[in-house]
Amino acid sequence: MEFRTRDGVAKVINGVTYHVDAGETLAVLGESGSGKSVTAQTVMGILDTPPGFVTGGQVRFHGKDMLTMSDEERRRIRGEGIAMIFQDALSALNPVFTVGFQIAEQFRVRRGMGRAEAKKRAIEMLDQVKIPNAKSRFSQYPHQFSGGMRQRAMIAMSLALDPEVLIADEPTTALDVTVQAQIMDLLAELQRERQMGLILITHDLGVVADVADRIAVMYAGRIVEEADVYELYAKPAHPYTIGLLESIPRLDEKGQELRTIKGLPPNLMNIPPGCPFNPRCPMAQPVCREKIPPLLQVAPGRASACHFAEELVSRD
Amino acid sequence: MTENILEIRDLVKHYPVTRGVVFKKTIGQVKAVDGVSFELKAGETLGLVGESGCGKSTLARVLMNLEKPTAGSVVYKGQDISRLTGAALRRLRRQIQLVMQDPYTSLNPRMTVGDLIGEPFEIHPEVAPKGSRQGKVKELLDLVGLNPEHINRYPHQFSGGQRQRIGIARALALRPEIIVCDEPVSALDVSIQAQVMNLLEKLQNEFGLSYVFIAHDLSVVRHLSDRVAVMYLGKIVEIGTEDEIYERPTHPYTQALLSAVPVPDPTLRSSKAIIRLTGDVPSPISPPSGCRFRTRCWKAQDVCAEQVPALEIRDGSDHPSACHFAEKREIVATHEA
Repeated sequence: MEFRTRDGVAKVINGVTYHVDAGETLAVLGESGSGKSVTAQTVMGILDTPPGFVTGGQVRFHGKDMLTMSDEERRRIRGEGIAMIFQDALSALNPVFTVGFQIAEQFRVRRGMGRAEAKKRAIEMLDQVKIPNAKSRFSQYPHQFSGGMRQRAMIAMSLALDPEVLIADEPTTALDVTVQAQIMDLLAELQRERQMGLILITHDLGVVADVADRIAVMYAGRIVEEADVYELYAKPAHPYTIGLLESIPRLDEKGQELRTIKGLPPNLMNIPPGCPFNPRCPMAQPVCREKIPPLLQVAPGRASACHFAEELVSRD
Repeated sequence: MTENILEIRDLVKHYPVTRGVVFKKTIGQVKAVDGVSFELKAGETLGLVGESGCGKSTLARVLMNLEKPTAGSVVYKGQDISRLTGAALRRLRRQIQLVMQDPYTSLNPRMTVGDLIGEPFEIHPEVAPKGSRQGKVKELLDLVGLNPEHINRYPHQFSGGQRQRIGIARALALRPEIIVCDEPVSALDVSIQAQVMNLLEKLQNEFGLSYVFIAHDLSVVRHLSDRVAVMYLGKIVEIGTEDEIYERPTHPYTQALLSAVPVPDPTLRSSKAIIRLTGDVPSPISPPSGCRFRTRCWKAQDVCAEQVPALEIRDGSDHPSACHFAEKREIVATHEA
């Protein structure tokens, strides 16, 4: 996936492969500009072309490649197969329609229901996401909702057509911690009930530790490490993951100086040759500047894109 | 270390809510800060935490004298700064500086970095005579870890973390004693956030600065602060040393807040009990009577609706807490345990 802009071509995603199973939570972890959101938007097919061009690869849903199917087929998957929720609920909801209308619209358009029945179903959805007084909330506008309530309304909307996979792009980043806890609980509960696959895109290592089954860590448009959540935190197998885990201040420890990752993430129009992390990596060797390390399996169920991954895994 | 450099006494800031254009009527008050007292000692970092809308940023604006308080006082070395005007105010401004949250909007895009950092010298020429300014700016750039040769670049040529460093350099230019940091790292990525936090600590050690550190991220606040004040709806609900607040919190709100912070360790998943708060923060226009937290509190009794709990040390606790039923509770699962 690349963006062709006036200033040059930004290679935003450079060969990303991941999968999610029914009922599983995959966390895609990365900093801004790592390509985690763009990957999700490519899956949904909601990127504008131009400037965005998919230059290779497949997105398979139940074995069928979504990138080659017709718009009509793809539209059918959106909402019913895969749905998405966004970070900023205020800009994701349409401000000139009531929240209820926006949820009911899906039942009317996609399920052919009448006005009254769609309304009934929409109120049920609002109830399911635990919005109090769902009946009176139905006819309110997004600006009358608080931040947490808006996020709930968006979850109700995305789940209306019973999708098999939900992509949540930083769903709690804009919320306060107490509300964040409420929303993450709600998502976990709904996922359990519906046996839905959940792709959670986030930069928050704390949230990930709480809910994920598997984690894919992204850096400069690549997956640099993929592992089961317990193994990743116990023994990260990529220097970037190690750096990330060391640089977060922790609530349960009062440390001295924080370890940092030196330097800045690379400019995506000019990714360094070899391993994209090599200029910031404390372990970098000449080989890292020459060869791009492929994402290889280093132990059952875990993979790392580092020339020295084996050493990292076997150390104590 | 024991001298109080800043004392805040019963600070109140209300904003009127008006209706009508020609015949403006005040129909209510947003009680953004409603009776806040604390002191800042020389060389210490006071962390100020709370959720959005609790009045942290308003408090910062009043401390900086960008807003006049409705009542109460901000005393810097025996002088009430909220009453100062003219030259006396200008002299004082040298001593208290602000680092803002958003490094994207707080820097003028049309000014070069040199102009941005050198601007304080225009207003306070006594700090750096004209000829020496360029050198001073380069020194400051070097101090905050930026390349002094980038003095003629514009803000858009820097990344978020670097811009925050520019903001810090600008705050340092006049060699202040106090820096008010309003969410200085919340817009930054984790790896960059750690760099900026280390820089703030380094500068504090080097210049003996006092920080008022405002943030909503409790882990960040714990890392940097000596003492911590927790705010809820315009009031401080609990204040104490970093240890007292994080290891022995006694106010239900502090306990709920701490329990909700996700800890980056999946093995603690099952051992962690999150206290679920229901609902949202009430409107500061008409806060609940008595204790403001009572509408979301699991301990609330009749007395909570009738009496405002004072911020004081109660039996069985070692630091002030504004709860009628303050008691210790283990919240943060430490690794030693």
